Amino acid sequence: MIQIDLKLFVTLSKYHPNGSGDHEVADGTTVEEMIKDLGIPQETVKLIFINGKKADAGQVMCQGDRVGLFPPVGGG
Amino acid sequence: MADSLENRYTRNFNTISLENQALLGKTHVAVIGLGGLGGGVCELLARTGIGTLTLIDGDSFDASNLNRQVLSREDNLGQSKAMAAETRIKTVNSRVTVHAHQVFVQKENIKDLLKGVDLVVDCLDTIPARYLLQYAARQLDIPLVSGAIAGVSGQVTVIFPDDPGFEIIYPNPDTGDRGVETVLGNMSYCAMFVASLQASEVIKVITGIGEILRNKLLIADLATNTMEVMDLI
Repeated sequence: MIQIDLKLFVTLSKYHPNGSGDHEVADGTTVEEMIKDLGIPQETVKLIFINGKKADAGQVMCQGDRVGLFPPVGGG
Repeated sequence: MADSLENRYTRNFNTISLENQALLGKTHVAVIGLGGLGGGVCELLARTGIGTLTLIDGDSFDASNLNRQVLSREDNLGQSKAMAAETRIKTVNSRVTVHAHQVFVQKENIKDLLKGVDLVVDCLDTIPARYLLQYAARQLDIPLVSGAIAGVSGQVTVIFPDDPGFEIIYPNPDTGDRGVETVLGNMSYCAMFVASLQASEVIKVITGIGEILRNKLLIADLATNTMEVMDLI
């Protein structure tokens, strides 16, 4: 298992088991697999960032990664 | 009226030099969408000293705008947002030349509306309209400062004509016209906060001073006092 720093923004925050911060996933887990495991509807995640850079859902996470997931925000 | 350039903008100095103040006065900025974001943006740009503002919105105020849209008042419900913006800006800074248009931007009119504009500010509230604005800004070879809000969260970016822009931020636009603001609504203090960030980016792009959010996305969440700048490429 590895530990990541997971931040779920806006409407996604309710899916974080601890609210925010540390989250444990199996070694080799992709972002997409984690989204599914957390019960987050895939279509509600518009942007994925790992360590401050845009990432793809298929990217494998590493120990200590800072992972952020964002829903679409479009109001004016 | 004691309204020399030095007097009016004296508290801008020396954050903005006299030379850059004059540059702002020669600059033409368009603000598209005059709701929660656009109302704040045009007020801030007029006070800072942008010379010409083109203000575009086809909508009129209703009671549901009063919670956050700074141009809306109890006594102007039903009035055009564009006309209200023009009236407000003229009372704030009569030196600003205002072109107000009570129309919604569409493929047929957008390039004409933005003719002669140096920079455009996206304060729209649908994703397809943002794509349309980006298309026009690319055609006209002008930079775009975009902001969006939902609840107490917001985001800001700067898009130049050659940048990937909304293709990264709003991939698959056919999956929905709007974001989670349809669930969360929009709060006044978040709208003004993001409008301030947009105005700041506008001034930095024009003057070339400071770091701009080009190919970056600033994301703010006022619920957790989080503000992060992410690399989009």
